[in-house]
Amino acid sequence: MGYLHRHRQLTPYLLLAPGVLWLAVFFLVPLGFLAYQSLQSGNIDFGYAFTWAWGNYWNAIRDYRGHFIRSLEYAGIATLLALVLSYPVAYWIAFRGGRWKNLLLLLIVAPFFVTYLIRTLAWETILSDHGVVVNTLQHLHILAPGGRVLATSTAVVTGITYNFLPFMALPLYVSLEQIDHTLIEAAQDLYASKWKAFLRVTLPLSLPGLVAGTLLTFIPAAGDFINAQLLGSPNNHMIGNVIQSKFLELTDYPAAASMSFILMAAILVAVIVYARAVGTEQLTGTTV
Amino acid sequence: MTDVLTRRQLLHRAAAGGTVLTLPGLLAACGGSTKESGSGSTSSHKLAKTLRFSNWTLYIDTNNKTHSHPSLQQFQQKYGTTVDYTEDINDNAGYFGKIQGPLSRGQSIGRDIIVLTDNDRYLSLMIKKGWTEKLDKSAIPNMKNLLGVQQHPGFDPNRDYSLPWQSGMTGIAYNDKLTDPILSVDDLLSNPKLKGKVTVLNSMGDALSLVMLSNGDDPAKVTDQSFNNAIKRIEAAVHSKQIRQFTGNDYAPPLAKGDLAAAMSWSGDIAQIGNPHIHWNVPKDGGALWTDNMIIPKGGDVYTASVFMNYVYDPKVAAEIEGGNPKTGDTGVYYISPVSGARQELLKVNPAIAKNTLIFPTKKMLSTVHLFDNNALNNEKYLTAWQNLISG
Repeated sequence: MGYLHRHRQLTPYLLLAPGVLWLAVFFLVPLGFLAYQSLQSGNIDFGYAFTWAWGNYWNAIRDYRGHFIRSLEYAGIATLLALVLSYPVAYWIAFRGGRWKNLLLLLIVAPFFVTYLIRTLAWETILSDHGVVVNTLQHLHILAPGGRVLATSTAVVTGITYNFLPFMALPLYVSLEQIDHTLIEAAQDLYASKWKAFLRVTLPLSLPGLVAGTLLTFIPAAGDFINAQLLGSPNNHMIGNVIQSKFLELTDYPAAASMSFILMAAILVAVIVYARAVGTEQLTGTTV
Repeated sequence: MTDVLTRRQLLHRAAAGGTVLTLPGLLAACGGSTKESGSGSTSSHKLAKTLRFSNWTLYIDTNNKTHSHPSLQQFQQKYGTTVDYTEDINDNAGYFGKIQGPLSRGQSIGRDIIVLTDNDRYLSLMIKKGWTEKLDKSAIPNMKNLLGVQQHPGFDPNRDYSLPWQSGMTGIAYNDKLTDPILSVDDLLSNPKLKGKVTVLNSMGDALSLVMLSNGDDPAKVTDQSFNNAIKRIEAAVHSKQIRQFTGNDYAPPLAKGDLAAAMSWSGDIAQIGNPHIHWNVPKDGGALWTDNMIIPKGGDVYTASVFMNYVYDPKVAAEIEGGNPKTGDTGVYYISPVSGARQELLKVNPAIAKNTLIFPTKKMLSTVHLFDNNALNNEKYLTAWQNLISG
């Protein structure tokens, strides 16, 4: 300890070291390898060679533009739905949950004790052609007789929304929970209607949670392929499905690697645009 | 586990190798454990303590009460070798993806036998790349029981590296509660009553065989023309939303539940389901035949694996694996055994299964099923076109 006392300026670096090391070994190194692979050409029979094959990128964009756009679209809609669904829930738990708060939060997380795959397969049963949901929708004439939900984009977006809901609800809850109630009272004392107090006080104060939640939902959702695989038809496949099939079915590693990079870039651009629009300070929640 | 190869071991293996000690053999020796890792066709004749066998799920006789595999237990009693049996193969491509890393670096994958399918590219790729050990045929006298049609496949003309585990037919299954009999690919892909209630297999060899036969083309000799015609036909059915999904063997639950009216499917799966409403048939214009093959990946114990192969080629054992035994509550594989004489043995124990034509197909059925072109399976252009089709 004596050494540390004498070299106090080292402390922050030592504290950072495990995290940096972790990122270096498990993120940067594989990412570098992936980048290297994405510029290779060749095939599994004759091996791959590094040839600065930028063509992999152009081919991916040319052939799978539709899949990229569809992925961002599905992820965007699912994120919006998850927000609309979880904001009232998080609000209610934070403001009215009282002594049930912990139990209610547990209920949000409870389904996630079951593995991702099983949860998605459960939706296959819930939405099945002769199941309760489809029958009810047909009765209410929302769905044409003989219509179905499974193997449509609706099923895929529903699955994604469900699977990523807690990533939205929990950050929202945390930021709503921290709001000082007296601020809302003050707003109402100053003749703000309940709705206005919400818009002017509660909503802005919950923005850090909202931003964190949307990012935590949107980013993994855009790369998801399980929901499209199990709940969709070939017409609903996302870029994740293509990458999966390139990696595992075709063993076309360069194409798969370049698509992974394009997806990463697309998500990064979407996030930057979003962050610009809401203001970067909301990302960290520093100024409120 | 010794990673250091001693001089004595080196000489020993060189002798065991018979001819020259090749680099892969050396690597196999390094990657293996202390027990023998054969490095050639004339491996040392000593059985290992355990045989590590990777297979597909639900692909061996099973006692449902004890969750044990009687044929494997009997092997242990007879030879003193325990079988470490793992059901970790779900699809050829996925499994190949897992093992190709270590194999390409010359490392052992910790398995003595694995099972891959001949209508996917990976089985022939394993042999072509030299990632499989040669069988020790001197330890497999029962190889004489291999069915004639299986003796000279294109990917391994003399059966030096592979032996069939089971075969199966690809055809059409339908649920009679939801549809009239579906007996042709034409019906499957264009009957408007089945719109959105049909699945097609995601394996190129299976799907294209059936569609090509229906187009009047020969799946054993694929040409660009016949390939494109088949692709166009399936593509049209995807666009018209006739085809709901492309599947592996996950068509079974929705077919039983009624989400699917008909599915391109494998004979044994339907025999295993045993649902009286689900019927399977070879399509009117012909079906496909495929075979799952046992191979010894590099670094596997050749002698022990060969002795095991010999054991399962005993018609009595083959009958047990195929049909189980109703008296002891064992269920079998219900696919198609490559061992001649298995049916005669099974007639004594479990005549119902022995007479099931999905499991022991008639000569007439076998004359209507076809093999898929091996070259087409390795054609990058075809494979890419196929993957693009099934991933939308």
